[in-house]
Amino acid sequence: MLKPISAMSAGSLQALNDPAWVRWSLIGFAFAFIALFLCAPLGLVLYQALAKGWDAYLNALTHPDALAALRLTLVVALITVPLNTVFGIAAAWAITRFEFPGKSLLETLIDLPFSVSPVISGLIFVLMFGSQGWFGEWLSAQHIKIIFATPGIVIATLFITFPFVARELIPLMQEMGNEEEEAALSLGASGWRTFFQVTLPNIKWALLYGVLLCNARAMGEFGAVSVVSGHIRGLTNTLPLHIEVCYNDYDAVGAFASASILAGLAVVTLILKTLLEWKQSRA
Amino acid sequence: MSIELRNISKKFGHFSALKDINLEIAEGELVALLGPSGCGKTTLLRIIAGLERPDSGHVMLNGVDKTSHHVSSRGIGFVFQHYALFRHMTVFDNVAFGLRVKPRRDRPSEAQIKQKVSSLLALVQLEWLGERFPDQLSGGQRQRIALARALAVEPEVLLLDEPFGALDASVRKDLRQWLRDLHQELHVTSIFVTHDQEEAMEVASQVVVLHNGNIEQQGSPADIYDYPRNAFVSKFIGQTNILSWRDLRREWLDEASLPGEQPGDGAVAHIRPHNISVEKAVSDIDTPLTIKDWQHLGAIIRIELRYPQLQAEHGSVIYAEMPTERFRELHLEKGDAVAVHIKHAQWFN
Repeated sequence: MLKPISAMSAGSLQALNDPAWVRWSLIGFAFAFIALFLCAPLGLVLYQALAKGWDAYLNALTHPDALAALRLTLVVALITVPLNTVFGIAAAWAITRFEFPGKSLLETLIDLPFSVSPVISGLIFVLMFGSQGWFGEWLSAQHIKIIFATPGIVIATLFITFPFVARELIPLMQEMGNEEEEAALSLGASGWRTFFQVTLPNIKWALLYGVLLCNARAMGEFGAVSVVSGHIRGLTNTLPLHIEVCYNDYDAVGAFASASILAGLAVVTLILKTLLEWKQSRA
Repeated sequence: MSIELRNISKKFGHFSALKDINLEIAEGELVALLGPSGCGKTTLLRIIAGLERPDSGHVMLNGVDKTSHHVSSRGIGFVFQHYALFRHMTVFDNVAFGLRVKPRRDRPSEAQIKQKVSSLLALVQLEWLGERFPDQLSGGQRQRIALARALAVEPEVLLLDEPFGALDASVRKDLRQWLRDLHQELHVTSIFVTHDQEEAMEVASQVVVLHNGNIEQQGSPADIYDYPRNAFVSKFIGQTNILSWRDLRREWLDEASLPGEQPGDGAVAHIRPHNISVEKAVSDIDTPLTIKDWQHLGAIIRIELRYPQLQAEHGSVIYAEMPTERFRELHLEKGDAVAVHIKHAQWFN
């Protein structure tokens, strides 16, 4: 690796053109790596899901437990993604538009879910809302069930997917500054109008991108949800949990059929992400 | 609309951006807020607009206290230094924005809006750009669109933050003249911020000089140039020779007939270059001044005079200016001894 540097001092043109074998072996290595660790597993998922034919595949997907898991996953995503979208915009707005004490602390805290292991975050909610937890007695007195029920799964997912939207928006809004918003206000526009007609069009692609990532994670989250769900079949299993349950039951077709849905979601997410990046670069 | 500021103060953290500012601006004026960067001029403009809140004091527009009014209800138009055009809207939609966000009962019909926007685009001489997007325009075009957008809501005060700051020198010159003409046509009270004294003198009818959060002087460009109230204003506006009393020999002063009262020991004289007239020295006069060099500035010549005893700010050089024709008549050469006559000087302590 030292060689190209000495070549650069001799002449930058030479240094910029690595020998063909270097280029092709690096490119080949990158593709081989992706094929081995990304494409092969994806192919294997489909292969295993269809190993016993289409009928078995469809039967596995339409099994009541699988349908319940799919429904729960969608419900969780439908609740958490809009909430975290609103939160992300609010947080990005507060951080980029206002000066207040504790601003950098808030910025750091937004990243907390990224730095804490999901299992730990799940456990925290069990400690807070579980029957032995801080609010446990009060909650059971009110007949509210959070842990081992849908609310717990929603709360855990909310926590895990907190940062996605805010993280996308903050750098963009910092770079844009607030002159356009001030201009709109000076022209007589109300705050809401300014947000919807000036701010939102400027951040829409980044916002969509953040929502997309947030959604992918909300549907795919395993660790935190696994701790708070209790794995009750047909009730508190999301798709990732359902996959694990099937796999542990040696139901390979069931596991991989559900996995194919999540994998399909990932592929769609990737395609949309690429489209959004292309849009953003042209906006 | 007349503007009156009473006891305006503003701090950012421990930094005092504005210290007890009092200012009155009559209707129809074109005022320059002039000062070096960090003097508080932009903050003052933003306080008038309502984009910034003063820590204390009052903003009176037409005699009405508007200190607590939101920016959207002050009847001002604001032009930003970097234009702040809405990048996702066409030029037409940018200019129409202020009309379209009016409450329904005041909102003109789409046809009226179209007519109004067209006439504004004609006013800024860019009627053919309506369908373009801001990033397809040059800096000067963007600035004029920003102005048209601000004018669309018929503001009673037009506030411009460094309106020519981000433009090329040649475009800037054209736009200055254009802004002056526009103001004469519309007569809307206008305030612009600038750090360029030449720009302030050329465009404004009133100049307010700010320094360290204080108003140093307010007056017409001629007033401020000829009768600067203190050393800062004199130094900041135009070129000036700064001579310390200690460095001047009495005899030379008499000879040059330096006007003004006998000053104290720490006094300095500020003398504009054009107030020093230069003559070829007659042989029997003892003069310490010789010609070092000169520069052609078109119609006038700037002469550098060497004065060895002087500890002036520019080294031991005094600048004088005279019409080019006069300079030709004198047939001066480098190294010639010259006598000077000082027509006007300001003494500061």
